[in-house]
Amino acid sequence: MIDISQLKKSFGGRSVLDGLSVQIPAGQATGLIGPNGAGKTTLIKSILGLVKPDSGEITIQGKKLNGHWMYRKEIGYMPQVARYPEKMKVHELFSFIRNLRGEEALYEQELIDRFQLRSELEKPLSVLSGGNRQKAGAVLAMMFAPSILFLDEPTAGLDPRSSLRFKETVHQEIDRGKTVLITSHIMSELEQLVSHVIFVLDGRVRFYGSLETLFSEVGGKRLEPAIAAMMEEDE
Amino acid sequence: MKFRWWHIVRSEWISLLRGKWILGYALIFLLLTDMMLRFGQSGPEVLLSLSNVMLLFVPLVGMIYGTLYIYQSKEFIELLLTQPIDRRSIYRGLFLGISTPLMGAFVAGGGLPMIWHGLVRDHLYAAVLVLGLGGMLTVLFAAIGFLIGLLFYEDRIKGFGFTMVIWLFLAILYDGLILLLVAVLGDYPVDQLILGITMVNPVDLARILILLEFDISALMGYTGAIFRQFFGSSTGVIVAGAILLVWLIWPIYAGQKQFERKDF
Repeated sequence: MIDISQLKKSFGGRSVLDGLSVQIPAGQATGLIGPNGAGKTTLIKSILGLVKPDSGEITIQGKKLNGHWMYRKEIGYMPQVARYPEKMKVHELFSFIRNLRGEEALYEQELIDRFQLRSELEKPLSVLSGGNRQKAGAVLAMMFAPSILFLDEPTAGLDPRSSLRFKETVHQEIDRGKTVLITSHIMSELEQLVSHVIFVLDGRVRFYGSLETLFSEVGGKRLEPAIAAMMEEDE
Repeated sequence: MKFRWWHIVRSEWISLLRGKWILGYALIFLLLTDMMLRFGQSGPEVLLSLSNVMLLFVPLVGMIYGTLYIYQSKEFIELLLTQPIDRRSIYRGLFLGISTPLMGAFVAGGGLPMIWHGLVRDHLYAAVLVLGLGGMLTVLFAAIGFLIGLLFYEDRIKGFGFTMVIWLFLAILYDGLILLLVAVLGDYPVDQLILGITMVNPVDLARILILLEFDISALMGYTGAIFRQFFGSSTGVIVAGAILLVWLIWPIYAGQKQFERKDF
């Protein structure tokens, strides 16, 4: 359960989050959508503790975050841009993070096979293609079996086959009861993965509900025209 | 649980050694010192020449290196921040991981030829002083570079601009400005003022420590002469050393504070 109330954050006088409140129950797959600059990344970064909100509260699984860090054990984060130390080899990156956390990575081998990274393990990250780097990021996010997953534009750099495998994996995680939050600009992809959407606009929640509710509110049966209609409405 | 930062330090060391340029940096000092000793300069002369090179370039390299590291590693830093580790450990790991190899490169590069040419044996204290000060300045300016990188996280041009200005000011212009001040205010008793101004600059402090040791204040600028006259050798060394230590601590501490409260 992620509970966010009245979150405010501004950068240099420009308000990015403007009293955003939302509650995401455990085990729900949620899409986070909104135009560029709406505050999606800042929201995710606030939950991860990368950005410190000006005011408001974030509670994860009943614990308020103020300066704590242990809660991040429960969150797997796959960033939009995956860049790692260039001289490091892929398997060294995995073992580095494993040692740093002092934890067993339950799913490491399974994920490496699933994303077909086994042949890349001995290569330094500098020679890896963007897609493979993205996949390495996916392994890092999921290998400790966290109960919450944040995926920021996860399939942007993946080829169709990898993208399909990735979506299958995410489905599996959702079936295992993980709380999953995905940002994406590809609406058709979100439709396949999530049951709920949060539509963020100007640092507030413009719409939050299940896909069915959204469709009945705006009409139609597809996510893309529905969101587009909602954006038009506001202009 | 404790010493998590050690894993970060180790991974930085491995990356830097693979990058090889740190070995090149060590090699420059190695060749320089070796050549000077080989072509017949006396021990103290070599140490003085090395000090001059060190006082000029170590601050520049340390600072650029610190700033550049922050800019190059943004995504990696973000990855570390999303792990269940506190920010202080991450900062400690990153800073020690990059400052200690640079320090090691200077000390080893300058020190090894001194050992095999027997300079360390004959002038142990002076050699340790020069190498130690160089190592200290490396860490200090790497910390300033880190701090600048964190303060101007989104603006590289500004970050590097500040780096250059600070270097020009501290390593090159400072002594000249003090001379100018003396020339303008020469009729007044400004010794205490000059003394105070000198203490603000770590490069000057290191220079004073060296010239007090070699007893050639006249060759190394006006500030040295005043410092000498004011403190006499042993007190001067202790005061300058203590202030340099404060100088070493504050950028590291300020960088840590900035790292702990920053939005990434």
